Amino acid sequence: MEATEHPSVPLLELRDVTKSFQAVRALRGVSLALRAGEVHALAGENGAGKSTVVRIIGGEHQPDSGEVLLDGEPVRFSAPRDAQQRGVAVIHQEPIQFPDLSVAENVFMGRQPLRQGRRIDRRAMHRGAAEVFERLGVPLDPARQTRGLSIADQQIIEIAKALVADARIIVMDEPTAALSAVEAERLFRVARGLAERGAALLFISHRLDEMYALCDRVTVLRDGAFVTSSRMSEITNDELVRCMVGRSVEQLFPTREHEAGADVLVVEGLTRAGHFNDISFSVRAGEIVGLAGLVGSGRSEVARAVFGVDGRDAGTVTVNGRPLRAGDPKAAIAAGVALVPEDRREQGLVLELPIERNTSLARLRQVSPAGITRQSRERALAAAWGERLGLKYGRLADPAATLSGGNQQKVVLGKWLATEPSVLIVDEPTRGIDIGAKVEVHALLSELAAEGMAVLLISSELPEVLGMADRVLVMHEGRLTAELSKEEANEETVMYAATGNGRAGEEGSAA
Amino acid sequence: MSDQKLATVPRRRFGVGAVLRWETILLALCVLVFVFGSASTPGFAEADNISFLLLDYTEVALLAMALLPIILTGHIDLSVASILGFCSALTGALWNAGVSFETIVPVVLLAGALLGSVNAGLIVKFGLPALAVTIGTLGLYRGLAYVVLGDGAVTGFPANYRPLATDTVPGTFLPYPTLLVLVVCVLAAVVVHYTPIGRSLYAVGLGEQTARFSGIRVERLRFTLYIVSGVLCAVASLVYTLRYNSARADNGYGMELIAVAAVLLGGVSIFGGRGTVIGVSSALLLMAGLRNVLFLNDVTNEIQNVINGLLLIISVLVPVIATLLRRRRPPAPAAAADPAPPEPEPVSVPDPDPVGVSHGPNEEDQR
Amino acid sequence: MNRVHSLLSGREMSIVGALVAVVAVTAFVNPSFVSPQGLHDMFLNASIIALLAIGQTLLVITRNIDLSVGSVMGLTAYLSGQMFIADSGTPVIVVMLAGMALGAACGAFNGALVAIAKVPALVVTLGTLYVFRGIDYGWASATGVHQINADQMSPEFLSFGSGSVLGIPHLTLIALVALGIAGYALHNWRSGRELYAIGSNPQAARLAGIPAGRRVFTSFVISGALVGLAGVLHASYFGTINASVGTGKELAVVAAVVVGGVAIFGGSGTVLGAALGALLLTTITGALPILGVPAFWQRAVDGAALLLAISLDRAVMLRVAERLRKERSLRRV
Repeated sequence: MEATEHPSVPLLELRDVTKSFQAVRALRGVSLALRAGEVHALAGENGAGKSTVVRIIGGEHQPDSGEVLLDGEPVRFSAPRDAQQRGVAVIHQEPIQFPDLSVAENVFMGRQPLRQGRRIDRRAMHRGAAEVFERLGVPLDPARQTRGLSIADQQIIEIAKALVADARIIVMDEPTAALSAVEAERLFRVARGLAERGAALLFISHRLDEMYALCDRVTVLRDGAFVTSSRMSEITNDELVRCMVGRSVEQLFPTREHEAGADVLVVEGLTRAGHFNDISFSVRAGEIVGLAGLVGSGRSEVARAVFGVDGRDAGTVTVNGRPLRAGDPKAAIAAGVALVPEDRREQGLVLELPIERNTSLARLRQVSPAGITRQSRERALAAAWGERLGLKYGRLADPAATLSGGNQQKVVLGKWLATEPSVLIVDEPTRGIDIGAKVEVHALLSELAAEGMAVLLISSELPEVLGMADRVLVMHEGRLTAELSKEEANEETVMYAATGNGRAGEEGSAA
Repeated sequence: MSDQKLATVPRRRFGVGAVLRWETILLALCVLVFVFGSASTPGFAEADNISFLLLDYTEVALLAMALLPIILTGHIDLSVASILGFCSALTGALWNAGVSFETIVPVVLLAGALLGSVNAGLIVKFGLPALAVTIGTLGLYRGLAYVVLGDGAVTGFPANYRPLATDTVPGTFLPYPTLLVLVVCVLAAVVVHYTPIGRSLYAVGLGEQTARFSGIRVERLRFTLYIVSGVLCAVASLVYTLRYNSARADNGYGMELIAVAAVLLGGVSIFGGRGTVIGVSSALLLMAGLRNVLFLNDVTNEIQNVINGLLLIISVLVPVIATLLRRRRPPAPAAAADPAPPEPEPVSVPDPDPVGVSHGPNEEDQR
Repeated sequence: MNRVHSLLSGREMSIVGALVAVVAVTAFVNPSFVSPQGLHDMFLNASIIALLAIGQTLLVITRNIDLSVGSVMGLTAYLSGQMFIADSGTPVIVVMLAGMALGAACGAFNGALVAIAKVPALVVTLGTLYVFRGIDYGWASATGVHQINADQMSPEFLSFGSGSVLGIPHLTLIALVALGIAGYALHNWRSGRELYAIGSNPQAARLAGIPAGRRVFTSFVISGALVGLAGVLHASYFGTINASVGTGKELAVVAAVVVGGVAIFGGSGTVLGAALGALLLTTITGALPILGVPAFWQRAVDGAALLLAISLDRAVMLRVAERLRKERSLRRV
């Protein structure tokens, strides 16, 4: 039946796939068809289930129910190798490679060309790698060690791997997140070339303009469920956004009166060699300041240096008029700075520790009268913040790992709000959480600002920055390139500055 | 494979008040050994023998308590027995040189602290792997012990101090060194389980980055632990030297293995973040009891070592086997936390821990 | 020339340099150090440790470690003695094969626990260090044979241990053959490269579909066989065996491997480097008494060399990282 409707059987198809992780239903009935010669976009908010789809296609996860079909035949990939052998290649957002081995070895691992006696033909391998790189138009030295390559170059290695493996189905999971405009364009060229040669591509991006520029078809997911699938040319930008969000933007971002007070956080000339240079800004009480920029532009690094997890080479940080010691998070916490870090699982929580122990971790002294830690106090602290933030949990003694992403984030927020900060830095606060939790986090942030807290919001999601911030700072390659008021800030102005065309660029051209 | 891992959620509780299943098993085994010993072996249950049994494990216990917090943070110190050996040799050399014992004690303690801080400096300040460094200092410190004292023995330590290492507290069967061990264990239990430092140990062991982001001064903590370890080893060396009335460079040779075995058998994860003082104490008692029963039954030292080794292997195998068994059974109902919030990254819990002694068998990138 | 240069890349060159320096200084003090006999002894002494180091390298490359090598070596040395007690005419080759088989079995035991049960190698081999040594002693006390002397072994066996071909000791030849094969396989075979991949990034190895468990298990078996062989050679060279042969050798082996440039956290290093590391350490140990260093300092050599090596590596790494950071900040400005 299907075959008569479409010119060809899809190379790979998901049919009504569901997948749960413990309490979390990541996918509920997702269907998706990838066809030869087509670039297919997978759209959805953070937490919609895109990464789970990628992992199922790549053989890293197996569906709980539903089917994966390859050339119309049901298959079951029990390991990544199965998927690879059947012509599937996944290019992860942060490529995973062998840093000690050469570029060519990374490309050819497991399929090195052999000579007599099962001996690896190094010369042929290097030649092969060089040919692939030439085809991709990237001058990479096959003999160099992989350690120290840029993310863009590492992605090229991943694509080269897919080419060498003759992959027919290529999945690119947010490949452009860390790329400059030039690098992204290079990647698109490569992707189109692959599709023209008959491969089926699945492309995931946060940026709608990229989808329109590259893709033929789009499938939208929301909260783990299939929403729609359409030709890219038949769906407007607004329709797409509505499908992804499922509610209007007004519902997503609370409206509030912005009444800024005195400067609370003042950063001047902050520099960390190799990461960012001469960063100056301030955040006032009751104000939410957005910090935007591409991944890798140095946003998170600035936050880390302000908080003291990283050292700084120059510059000062002042909180409520008092200078902050460099490289000392404990002092920063004492001075009233809190950082909800980018990586919830590695930096925000100790997943295996109970919820209550996570909540008290930044405030151990408070729950330890006379130096003796009281579990009852820990529990009371966690319960109080759990209630305030609407945390859903079984028991406070359960490991934080048992919670869903949104609830985990609430634990992190609770942990930091328990330190009673005057400055709250939040780095990607809604990454990987569902829309309901997202709305709650946004409401909380604006509530906190209304109570007089100074909030610095770092986010890769432009709508979030634009919807929440009173002022937007934009970074590009380690420098602040623009400071935009709420009125000035829109998608164009921010992206313009984020790709290096802001203030610094103007100065450059003037000089 | 990872899916099955995900299907089970560790539902273990923290804190001493909770049901400590592995600890319970260990204590039961202890009881078994002691009951079996008294029933089968004449002389086992006599007060003298119990005192000897306890006394015999003094140094191992002190070394194990030095190792426990370090292993909780995910590090290791294999040089403990070599520090003991060096301090013993130093004691001998100083005593030979006519230094009074009252002066030797603080000097030796200081030496222990110094050797510990060399470890700490290389590991914490210079960022070298703890395993490699302490294998190195295991050899280096033992070598330096020979440099200090040669391969002879020094005896004739003052008779007024020796009883402190050999005699029992009047009216009890508890030897003084065991009293010391008890004090150290209680102190360790309080610090590890009931103080911010203890909370930090677990946090560092299970999530070093998060600990750092939470304002815990990880480097300072680690540095302190290695120094404390050095001092405890020095204390152990003094007990050892006085107990045998013999200072030798090879004192305590190989004892690091017994101490590590005791810690791991006690349910402490080699990857950090899991384990209790009660567990390690039970393991020590079990090993001491077993050793004594075997000794009384004329089982040689070498066979006892086989048993120690097997205990160590079994202690890490038990959680693996238990996990395998659990996977056969249908997964337990998941935590009723949140009805259906999806999440892009799965909640990947490193490894379900059925008996509270996981050694994180699935973490491939660590040893 | 180019070929030699690529064969002896950075690390190996610096070890050779250090070796030349040690030999030169020692020869200056006592020329007999570089006499044919002196060199012969130097290589002979290094051969057994080098064999152990080659096996250990296979494991360390994959982020594993084997602390039980000394015990396994003792066990197979004792086995070879027992075989001659059972039949004084046992052919040398049979003894060798038996030793390798026993070593491989011990390696398989370790490997199974590491690769299948996923217990960390450090813990497993710490445990088997006891177990294998205990079996060794248990065997000795069960049979009542606590020491086996040269007169109980076959003359062929003993002459093999001390013999040489064209002035090169048999033991050294065997170590060189093992070095050649292991080096060739690690460099040229897919499975060899996969060992590096496993150690370099276990997660990436899994994603790349490398059968990590099987590779690690095989490494343990091969390493065990080499250790078994080393035990037999020890017996044939020294001619006296008791149950304590090889005690404490694990430190010397790990030190040789690390000094030889094999990263303790896997992914890089060569067997050639490890073998050179073994040669360097035994040479230093042999040179110290000639240089008038008190004998007891010898016992600190391995530990000190290990610490020095990892410290130097770290210092170099920090300098490179600093340079990269500077370059990056220049590019950004």
